[in-house]
Amino acid sequence: MSGRPAFTVIVDYGLGNLFSLERAVQHLGFSCGISQDPGEIKNATRLLLPGVGAFGDGMRGLNEKGLVPVLGEWVRSGRPLLGICLGMQLLFSESEEFGRHRGLGWVPGRVVRFQNAEGGGFPAYKVPHVGWSGLEPAPLKDWSEGLLKGIPSGESAYFVHSYYACPEDPADVLAVTHYAQVDYCSAIQRGNVYGTQFHPEKSGSAGLRILKNFLEGP
Amino acid sequence: MKKIRIIPRLDIKGPNLVKGIHLEGLRVLGKPEVFTRKYYEDGADEILYIDSVASLYGRNHLSEIVRKAAENIFIPLIVGGGVRSVEDIRGLLRSGADKIAVNTAALKNPDLIRQAAKSFGSQCVVVSIVAIRRGRGCYECLTDNAREKTGVDAIEWAKKAEALGAGELLVTSVDREGTGSGYETDLLRPICEQAKIPVIAFGGAGTSEHVLDVTRAGVDAVAAASLFHYGVLGIMQNRLGISGEGNFEFLQKKLPIDGLLRKSIRPVSIADLKEYLAQNGVHCRRAKKAEVV
Repeated sequence: MSGRPAFTVIVDYGLGNLFSLERAVQHLGFSCGISQDPGEIKNATRLLLPGVGAFGDGMRGLNEKGLVPVLGEWVRSGRPLLGICLGMQLLFSESEEFGRHRGLGWVPGRVVRFQNAEGGGFPAYKVPHVGWSGLEPAPLKDWSEGLLKGIPSGESAYFVHSYYACPEDPADVLAVTHYAQVDYCSAIQRGNVYGTQFHPEKSGSAGLRILKNFLEGP
Repeated sequence: MKKIRIIPRLDIKGPNLVKGIHLEGLRVLGKPEVFTRKYYEDGADEILYIDSVASLYGRNHLSEIVRKAAENIFIPLIVGGGVRSVEDIRGLLRSGADKIAVNTAALKNPDLIRQAAKSFGSQCVVVSIVAIRRGRGCYECLTDNAREKTGVDAIEWAKKAEALGAGELLVTSVDREGTGSGYETDLLRPICEQAKIPVIAFGGAGTSEHVLDVTRAGVDAVAAASLFHYGVLGIMQNRLGISGEGNFEFLQKKLPIDGLLRKSIRPVSIADLKEYLAQNGVHCRRAKKAEVV
């Protein structure tokens, strides 16, 4: 990055608790800040797009703060961006959450809801999916390089979500996770755009490793 | 596949980790950060902090403890005790909490659940239900650290809390708490059968078998205190350098741990408990030891 000091910005668009993510990045020894200011975002060397809650609220938050074109320009510049949880879902073309919503559209695909399943008198799978689930390499992917470098197959990560992303291009899928009778996409990469459905900042040492891979990556 | 979460619960009084029986007779066990670190390294899935006297006196010592924990503990932290308002919740989230447990204030003002879920997302809002048995299949909610009656049926309240926007339920049996006599499955089972949100069981774990039993009542996560704390006390010299409020008699006497424990409590480490559960067909996250970034 042409001599500019490395600085990661956590994009604040009014949804959720960003402090845990900020602390994790700082713990790993990288300088970062939380910002909704287009100027600061434009000058970042890396972006983290976090978020919890509903897809529609997320897009509304980005639109109200005028961040959609800023982020679009940023991604076209080729610098790396990691979407986390709702932040990953927003990268896709559209979501079926409470009606249809257009997403940022940098990764072709859509976001759909888990189906409830009953079993043995209890809901066999609760929605939202809250808790730890395993990550497995997507077909034909190995984790010797990139975002999931050094993560053993089957490693657990911490999830909180009711919806999951279905990328159109299987080549974008880095990891899959099994829940509610589906194998869904839990991590993606498409060029300089990365995403994790789980929370790396809350997934113990494995999560920190993934964040570090992103922060040290190309 | 569903992985049962194992959550050590740390009751905090002033700067210290304490433990009582039926939520009373609090005994100082040591510094919370020593226990927290050990549990993180042993593979705890989350950590639950409750300021056990905060509701009583309207104060909250937790922020500083949470702030310290959040600097180097990267799993979800649930924090509760004396939380009264959306502003209290915001303050604790800012300190590093990921989820906030509310009991007394939610029963007094159920709309707090809705407001909190709207402001921070349901995933932040854990409604803590502290219940005492009043007859067959009948449980009453208590508030103010189990000192005040409410007349509210616990199983009905669980349903209402979910409808208001709770993201999870933390269900405590006062009758079992600290006794090591096993979880109150007659309370937990009906709540699990109706709940579409995760249920965390607390109160009564004395052995690994008790934890195994309660997973069969349909819970999503299991919290325990004595079961883990007394094991840590047995292997760590963290008895020095503590001060502040509470009953120190237990620590000053330096009695052998075994002599003070109820015979019903057989301490176990989180790693060994998970091993035992896995052998019995219950799925848990198995953290790799040592490799802490």
